[in-house]
Amino acid sequence: MTTTQPILELTKVHTYYGNIHALKGVSCSIPKGEIACLIGANGAGKSTTLMTIFGVQQASQGEIRFKGQPIHKLRPEKVAAMGVSQSPEGRQIFPRMSTQENLEMGAFLRKDKAEVERDLEWVFSLFPVLKDRVRQLGGTLSGGEQQMLAIGRALMSRPELLLLDEPSLGLAPKLVEKIFETILEINKSGVTIFLVEQNAHMALTVSRTGYVMETGRVILTDKASALLENEQVKKAYLGE
Amino acid sequence: MIRQELKKLVVYGFFLAILLIPMLGFKSTTFEPGRAFKTLGVFMAILVLNLIVKTIRSRKKQEDAEPKTPLTERAAERINRFPKIYTLGGLLVVAVAYPMFADNYMIDVAITCLIYVCLGLGLNVVVGLCGLLDLGYIAFYAVGAYTYSILNLTFGLSFWAALPLGIVLGMVVGCIIGYPTLKMRGDYLAIVTLGFGEIVRLVLNNWDSLTAGPNGLFGMKKPALYYPSFAEDSFSWAIYYLKSLPALYYFILLIAILTIISVRRLDNSRIGRAWIAIREDEVAAELSGVPTTWIKLLAYALGAAFASVAGAFFAAKLSYTNPNFFLFMESCIVLSIVVLGGVGSIPGIVIAAFVLIAAPEVFRGLENYRMLAFGGIMTTMMILKPEGIIPASRRRRELHEGEAIKPKE
Repeated sequence: MTTTQPILELTKVHTYYGNIHALKGVSCSIPKGEIACLIGANGAGKSTTLMTIFGVQQASQGEIRFKGQPIHKLRPEKVAAMGVSQSPEGRQIFPRMSTQENLEMGAFLRKDKAEVERDLEWVFSLFPVLKDRVRQLGGTLSGGEQQMLAIGRALMSRPELLLLDEPSLGLAPKLVEKIFETILEINKSGVTIFLVEQNAHMALTVSRTGYVMETGRVILTDKASALLENEQVKKAYLGE
Repeated sequence: MIRQELKKLVVYGFFLAILLIPMLGFKSTTFEPGRAFKTLGVFMAILVLNLIVKTIRSRKKQEDAEPKTPLTERAAERINRFPKIYTLGGLLVVAVAYPMFADNYMIDVAITCLIYVCLGLGLNVVVGLCGLLDLGYIAFYAVGAYTYSILNLTFGLSFWAALPLGIVLGMVVGCIIGYPTLKMRGDYLAIVTLGFGEIVRLVLNNWDSLTAGPNGLFGMKKPALYYPSFAEDSFSWAIYYLKSLPALYYFILLIAILTIISVRRLDNSRIGRAWIAIREDEVAAELSGVPTTWIKLLAYALGAAFASVAGAFFAAKLSYTNPNFFLFMESCIVLSIVVLGGVGSIPGIVIAAFVLIAAPEVFRGLENYRMLAFGGIMTTMMILKPEGIIPASRRRRELHEGEAIKPKE
């Protein structure tokens, strides 16, 4: 199925928060052009995995490769410059910047103004509601709009790999569906997506590959469609 | 609305009256109720003024709510556009003409005010833009003052030669305090910077061989201007030392204007946006590709550079410096200027510097109670206008435009 070289590859990655051993040898590989998801309970280390990929948390052991290049020793801005982008958990937008300024911050490292302008229009076409809120302060947007803004901001760096941390967190079911539709659309435009979700059903439905995480380890790896049928997953994460 | 404000007026007036009781003259021999009443009058006038402003504003809001015809819009635009040039030009004329009307004492006060304008704007970079609470800011002022003093006294370096060195040293010291505190925020950062400010002062106080300890250093030369001279048919550079107060006033006015321009440019730059992003959400800034480590260090370094320039001027003006000029209280005053003026707002900070520095001088007539009056102003201000005298314009602009643009159907 996946003959292409993986765009992102984690090999036995360990991460510590002070004394807490948060990641205990996480390995996974994301093929180029796909949507892959990482599911698991609260505190399993899903967000830590994303933060470690980005270099916000440094991996103490193991290797992370992006397009074949090791990135586990790089600072976040270097990782971002290579074409990785992340929409953080809990809609961490800039509350006292307008929607437009938030999006422009996403293109902070870019110098090609005309192209940035085009991408801005692209983000507005993905999330039309943001266009109506263009001058409004980020903090005054609704929860769903903030989530869209966070994803839009991450797209403004024109990433090859988009890391999405809990895009469905705290959103109404209808909005969740809409967000996932947009995620598929973003993927179709050629962006590889690594999705971290507690909403396992939704995540596995849109993904091709799935990883199940428990207390700092990946305990299951399979095609997403297979995981949806897996008894263990069904019981623990799908509530069936 | 108006009734509410009136109620406030009565309540505040009552509390102010209580605060002013000690002024009634328990002091010693004289009983001077007049002084207390005068002060009370000043405060009440401020409160009434506030009431009037608020009423006008609420009326204006109601007017704004009504749909505008293009004509009134154009008129409003015109009113909004022109006064800014007039105000700035007018202020400049007043500032330039000031020494011609003021006596030496008043010029001296103005010089101090302008020094604090520079300090406030410098601290604004660290606190207002980058969101790092710094309680030891005066240490950089001290670094600037002592760098010039030592270089001038020991090596005979002129003000202009010592200034870049002072700026560089200030920036280095800024990074020294910045680096270990990179991961700190809020209260913790405040305590560390507070300690740092004291360390610098104590070092200056105790390093006798370099700083002459508590005696301080004196005899530094004033800043000088060089101009070509053709006297006696030969060309040479003549030196004009800025000894008189008006000359020093114009010099610091120039420094203050340059500081205002540079802070304004920084505010609107890429770096400025990065600072604001860090202030708003550091992780999100990091994820957007902002090199947070460097950008934060840059905030400390540039903030320190502005203070260092002000410090060098201060030492040169007095020809004297002493560790007790750089007490924690000074850091507090500079921080008060930033908060009182409106965090991140350049005009607000300029006005606040004048208010806070000139107020104790204006209230000198109150003798021992002038600090009470000073505290009274601060308290009143923070209750009435917690966002500062002039809230940062970018914030107001955004809020305003957010109101003006109606969502599409």
